[in-house]
Amino acid sequence: MGLGGCGKSGMNQPATAPGPVAANLWHRLRTTWAEQGNYRRGDGRAAILFLLPDLIGFVIFTLLGVLGTFGISFLKWNLVRPPTFVGLENYRGLVDDPLFWQVLGNTVYYTLGVVPISTALALLIALGLNRKLPGMVIFRTAYFAPFITTLTASALLWQWIFDPTRGLIDSVLYMIGVSDPPGWLNSTAWAMPALIIFGVWRQIGFSMVLFLAGLQGVPRTLLEAASVDGAGAWQRFRHVTLPMLSPTTFFVVIITTIGSFQIFDQAFILTGGRFSPDNATNTLVGYLYNKAFVYLDMGTASATAWVLFLIIFAVTVVQLIGQRRWVHYE
Amino acid sequence: MSSRQQSPGALSVRPDQGRAAVLPRNRPRLRVRRLLVDLLVYVGLTIGMVAVVLPFVYMVASSLETIAQIGALTPQFWPDPPQWTNYQQVWQQLPVGQYFLNSLIVAVVVTGGQIITASMAAYAFARLRFRGRSVLFALYLGTLIIPSQVTLIPNYILIRILHWHNTYAGLIAPFLVSVFSTFLLRQFFLTISPELEDAARIDGASHFQIYLRIIMPLAKPALAALVIFTFLGSWNNFLWPLVVIDSPSLTTVPLSIVAFQGQYATAWNLLMVAATLSVAPVLIVYLLAQRYFVEGIALTGQGGR
Repeated sequence: MGLGGCGKSGMNQPATAPGPVAANLWHRLRTTWAEQGNYRRGDGRAAILFLLPDLIGFVIFTLLGVLGTFGISFLKWNLVRPPTFVGLENYRGLVDDPLFWQVLGNTVYYTLGVVPISTALALLIALGLNRKLPGMVIFRTAYFAPFITTLTASALLWQWIFDPTRGLIDSVLYMIGVSDPPGWLNSTAWAMPALIIFGVWRQIGFSMVLFLAGLQGVPRTLLEAASVDGAGAWQRFRHVTLPMLSPTTFFVVIITTIGSFQIFDQAFILTGGRFSPDNATNTLVGYLYNKAFVYLDMGTASATAWVLFLIIFAVTVVQLIGQRRWVHYE
Repeated sequence: MSSRQQSPGALSVRPDQGRAAVLPRNRPRLRVRRLLVDLLVYVGLTIGMVAVVLPFVYMVASSLETIAQIGALTPQFWPDPPQWTNYQQVWQQLPVGQYFLNSLIVAVVVTGGQIITASMAAYAFARLRFRGRSVLFALYLGTLIIPSQVTLIPNYILIRILHWHNTYAGLIAPFLVSVFSTFLLRQFFLTISPELEDAARIDGASHFQIYLRIIMPLAKPALAALVIFTFLGSWNNFLWPLVVIDSPSLTTVPLSIVAFQGQYATAWNLLMVAATLSVAPVLIVYLLAQRYFVEGIALTGQGGR
């Protein structure tokens, strides 16, 4: 809600004038410093001193960053010549650019691939690990390992694994008699599935750990009561574990979705920065990066950033609304 | 929950008296079934684990092959003899040590800075009553959902204006503060009982003393998780260094992958040396302290970003 406020104030006035939120805040901070209306003496000044380092960075890099991107999205600016105001032209340019729609489609494709597959597999693995058999720590350690490895380095590794002539996957496929292996990163049809496989490989461990934590919260007594009532393993899972786990599932889905929409590093590395073939692996952030730092079109890049934010925001809101149907809170 | 941590085999025979009385004859069959399921779980988890770990094995194996072996049609997992000279060659041709040093400097300063700024602000949000607190906190929360790419361009322009591109300052400055860390610590501080502080306050302790001597020591689990993931997030950060750094002497480990790609093109054995060198330190630290990584995620719901 704080966000809605500051967005609005930026829209009605030039970016330099403090909007109502900022003015209000400034007034409150001033009276705080003067210790007017504080509960305990000494709290106001202490608060400002404690907040100051964080607040300086927050204002400069986050608040000015967000407002700045919003402002720049209405400019034509290549950082060399002075910027000119072009109104909504950058946004119109996005709508008219087939490449924008392609990268948007690619990003959605990636998200729709990674989120369900990684979530389902992570849940399956977590259920197995939750049986607490001996040696489970080894499995947990192994499954989680890809998540912590340097993203660009593991992307380089997978570029080699996906190599169409000598890479691991296609070599094995060739050996077992597939005469025409997909060629992955060289193929417009298979490049995105390759990114999804890599994304799932990396994501599983993270979601698995969250599911394991969630499974600790499923009461044993409830499961035992269900089996006394004659519920089989599947029924116990379907009617006890799954509903009790739904807040965790919801969190995993939200976090993974937000992360997937921001995919960039792996697409960049896997294709040597070319998002080849034919932009088949280009994403919203890749488009933003190219606009800003290859074509020096700061306006369009900023507009793209805002569109990215609005999409993530909208998807999150839709998920928050949709959760009422399936997320069960005690 | 943890009162029932015996082996699941024992669990199935002694759930409660009522059930044991109802199903006496089924006990052996249940036990066999349970064993079968356990076996199936082991097999499934093992297959999955092989799929997850195999890429790493392949990476190390490839890094020890000759260029001719790399070109062979059948993938090899046991290079004979291992070409340790590959590592020597890469180490000599590119400033690998410098990459590590750069990443280390940035990650240490970013982590330290973020812990200080975030914990102090979190103390104010959690413990101090001041006008504007709820408005300011709402503003913080509102920016939490904003993806980092949204602030990329203005931050880049600011760094250019300050002439901080191609400097450590440029790499570090935007990350000295994190809304997420502030939020996380504030939430954790709220769970700490205020009784100890009230006692300290009666004894005349200042806010800074309470923050440093009482709150911070009690927040160790949250701080440990935050240290791990802030460090990891900084160590793995790619987009920001890609944008503000084009000097080899300031290249970080993730960014160095681009340099390796440029240098070695399709010499996959040498590229896998680069990948192994980049992955190994993080992997070793993780293997030594994996419990803290896993607990940290469970605590924060967040990995390195």
